[in-house]
Amino acid sequence: MKLLGKYVDKGMQGNVTLMPEESEDMWHAYNLISEGDSVRSTTIRKVQNETATGSSTSNRVRTTLTIAVESIDFDTQACVLRLKGRNIEENQYVKMGAYHTLDLELNRKFELRKPEWDTIALERIEMACDPTHSADVAAVVMQEGLAHVCLITASMTLVRSKIEVSIPRKRKGSVQQHEKGLAKFYEQVMQSILRHVNFDVVKCVLIASPGFVRDQFYDYMFQQAVKMDYKLLLDNKSKFMLVHASSGFKHSLKEVLQDPAVVSKMSDTKAAGEVKALEVFYMMLQCEPAKAFYGKKHVLRASESQAIETLLISDNLFRCQDVNLRKEYVNLVESVRDAGGEVKIFSSMHISGEQLAQLTGIAAILRFPMPELEDSDDDEDEDGAAGGGDSDSD
Amino acid sequence: MSRHRIVRTMDYNDEYDGYDDVYGHSVEDEHCISPTDAQQWLYDRARGQQSISAFLSKNKNIEEEDPDEEDEDASFEKARRDSESFQMPQLDEIEQAKLSSCVDEVRSVVGDAVSERRIVETSMKFDYDMQKILDEILNEETKKKPTKKTPSTPVLPVSAAKSSSKSAPTPPPKINLKEPRRGFEIASPKVPSSPVVSGRNTPVDGDDISRTPASLFKVSKEQAQRNARQLYEKERSDQKSHIHMIVIGHVDAGKSTLMGHLLFDTGNVSQRVMHKHEQESKKLGKQSFMYAWVLDETGEERARGITMDVGQSRIETTSKIVTLLDAPGHKDFIPNMISGATQADVALLVVDATRGEFESGFELGGQTREHAILVRSLGVNQLGVVINKLDTVGWSQERFTEIVAKLKSFLKQAGFKESDVTFTPCSGLTGENLTKKAQESALTSWYNGPHLLDVIDNFKIPERAIDRPLRMSVSDIYKGTGSGFCISGRVETGVLCLNDRVLVGASREQAQVKSITMDEFPHTSVFAGDQVSVTLAGVDINNVTVGCIICDPQTPIPVTLRFQARIIVFNVKVPITMGFPVLLHHQSLIEPAVVCKLAALIHKSTGEVVKKKPRVLGNNSCALVELETTRPICIERYADFKELGRIMLRVAGVTIAAGMVTKIR
Repeated sequence: MKLLGKYVDKGMQGNVTLMPEESEDMWHAYNLISEGDSVRSTTIRKVQNETATGSSTSNRVRTTLTIAVESIDFDTQACVLRLKGRNIEENQYVKMGAYHTLDLELNRKFELRKPEWDTIALERIEMACDPTHSADVAAVVMQEGLAHVCLITASMTLVRSKIEVSIPRKRKGSVQQHEKGLAKFYEQVMQSILRHVNFDVVKCVLIASPGFVRDQFYDYMFQQAVKMDYKLLLDNKSKFMLVHASSGFKHSLKEVLQDPAVVSKMSDTKAAGEVKALEVFYMMLQCEPAKAFYGKKHVLRASESQAIETLLISDNLFRCQDVNLRKEYVNLVESVRDAGGEVKIFSSMHISGEQLAQLTGIAAILRFPMPELEDSDDDEDEDGAAGGGDSDSD
Repeated sequence: MSRHRIVRTMDYNDEYDGYDDVYGHSVEDEHCISPTDAQQWLYDRARGQQSISAFLSKNKNIEEEDPDEEDEDASFEKARRDSESFQMPQLDEIEQAKLSSCVDEVRSVVGDAVSERRIVETSMKFDYDMQKILDEILNEETKKKPTKKTPSTPVLPVSAAKSSSKSAPTPPPKINLKEPRRGFEIASPKVPSSPVVSGRNTPVDGDDISRTPASLFKVSKEQAQRNARQLYEKERSDQKSHIHMIVIGHVDAGKSTLMGHLLFDTGNVSQRVMHKHEQESKKLGKQSFMYAWVLDETGEERARGITMDVGQSRIETTSKIVTLLDAPGHKDFIPNMISGATQADVALLVVDATRGEFESGFELGGQTREHAILVRSLGVNQLGVVINKLDTVGWSQERFTEIVAKLKSFLKQAGFKESDVTFTPCSGLTGENLTKKAQESALTSWYNGPHLLDVIDNFKIPERAIDRPLRMSVSDIYKGTGSGFCISGRVETGVLCLNDRVLVGASREQAQVKSITMDEFPHTSVFAGDQVSVTLAGVDINNVTVGCIICDPQTPIPVTLRFQARIIVFNVKVPITMGFPVLLHHQSLIEPAVVCKLAALIHKSTGEVVKKKPRVLGNNSCALVELETTRPICIERYADFKELGRIMLRVAGVTIAAGMVTKIR
């Protein structure tokens, strides 16, 4: 993302001009824009004209529109951001108050105006515009009959394809079926790697599996590559890395990112950092339960006593529609920072972020034990802890 | 095309679905009518004692019945049928005249509601006394009315009610009532007691069943009415009983070698094959693996020298047919081992007696420990412990007792009863104490217990739930010989027969069983506890996945995304909280799931709720949790089906909890 202009006054009002450069920037934009903001961008609109004789013609014109955002759509697979809202600026083609849906496009600037910019939003811009991007990584987690081909970028984990093949078990006297099924499965995984992994961008391809599946697959892939002359694979052979994982399901990516070999190679990616932070939280919960809490109510109470050392918070909490609720979370983050604590904002698109979102979206490691928090949670009003994932109680 | 259908086993309910819509059929075509049935609509002077007008009005009565009223009660039906088939008793002229005038008289009072036969019988009983006849008939009618609205009441209770209701004024009539009726039918010469008549006069059970199907899916009558227990006795009483045994233990404890040697010694592997294995393994420099190769068949397994997937084969002992399931010991293949263990009735735990090896398998994280706990939580309660490779320590008794002592206390903790666990010393490689009594003097000096085959033979056969509705878990899918595809798995409960209709998996697709084979022999019916392969028709191979459940269409298995379970947490490195992603193992199914709610912490032994909505579940706690899967799965409550109500939760290659399903939503 490129920051082209920023005018934010002391009252935290103002506008920012940004230019998304890659698909991940759309994710940042999605996290930046909230309902009620106004966005100005160039777009294409179908305009109908009526001539003097009464016949009407319609043609598509490119024009610049400013809309007050009413709803935001983000397609995670295609990384497309769609903003719907009313036109709020006089325009040659479009009436005031007419609805329009803006598709934010790559390499076209847009101007975002917010009634109030908070620190989280400003930080997000900073983060998005940070040019020292860490490596993009492709990962294939697999087990016999199941594989996920994922792309891990700084703030997103995208499952590019999921391959599910039922492989016959070994049985007395017919091993061929098993081996044939396996070969077919490997072929599909390889094709999917060829299709979905862009080796110009990806610095490293992790192949993770339990047992020997990864070795078998690796051998198979390069045998085939030599046989069929897949230059792409042969040239990038050094980028492949074999790692252990306990299964082929998506959440075993977490184990992959914890693997020491992987950590050293892709040291500072956000994904690995988040996994580690969550791990620390769980370790604390195991060893000293009075120093680790989750759920809004507990965390807020801990924050009041300035006890929070590390705050883990999922970014989907900041995307909520309720302005006051968002403000509450922003204040929490600021107060933790003021008290000298560390705040980690998890991307809900990562594996660990997903888990945190399930865990009410907010968790904290404390400086000192607060057992009184644990005792106070007896009864019904534990909405923070209980209301996160499930809306349907009995 | 119709020539190719198996008419005998055809399900008519099914076949005639939508038949009504066929254009060009007249109404009459829908039901075939036997001649005797048809008679009632034909006025026959020779037969008819009643006037044509009575006949017409009676017929009108029949037509007026609502054809849609399927569940008309049996007593009413009987009354109607009585009049259908009724023939006048043979009487002399005066009697005849008296009777007919009497009948006409009664008819004018009661109308057409009462059957001809009824009137005639009563008239004769009371000797044509108008008053009494009318009393009797009208009383009867009012008594009958209340019972009329209880559908599917068998005829007998109604008549019993009848008799009791009128027993006070006229006790004997009941007997009288019956006797003349029976007499008529036999005596009446014009009715050649056609099967329709005699059959219909008895309570119509067959019809009732075809009318009751409230269930969503139709099955053949045969399948619906089958008596599983009888079938089982018929088919299996003369055979040895089947038992499934899983062999578990730490990696390199010698499970495959032990089983390979056992198979060889019992004559299930030919000399020639064994020789081949010996030569080939020698070539690779792994001669000690020659017995293991009997079960490790894939190239990968042989090259690496470890079992990766469950190997299967069978032996016969003196009283049993035993299916051996050779589980992999390596940590990464525990999912395979679990899917094997779900099919097992008993387990054989193989322990390496070599110094250092036993300890490494037994310490925290070793598979001896994990496997034993796993099979216990999967419902296996008989365990044979084999202290293997005792030759490497010179058949030392000390070593044996040391290991036994350690294991005993551990197994007790894990929940095995002491009486259900046996300890056997042996050597898988040399074959000592496998199928013959121990020969080695160092061993015989202190051991004179049973050899391994005896131990296997002494396992008790667990109770099979044959009477329950069919449930079968799919553990493998493959292309069979010929058309269609095969699934293999274990019949958990109930009976499965050839040509049965079944429902497959969470999508509840209907399929038909085209063939059943067990141990390579075709069977027509298989029972709970059997390990079978089934060819299915009518369902796409892509819609069947490993781990799905095949069930009876009449009592389908619940399908759900979310359920509550009572779990026991094992030793975990990371505590369980809300939103914890786990792998759910259920039978052969492995499905990612999320612990979405910690409902309550429970006291381990009393089952009391210790704390509601705990924040976190630590080591060795017991709790009620709710789990949510991403895809719908088939699961049963533990209370309903023990076999299908057990679950296992694993994270990062470690089993963190086992549990049973308490509630399905």
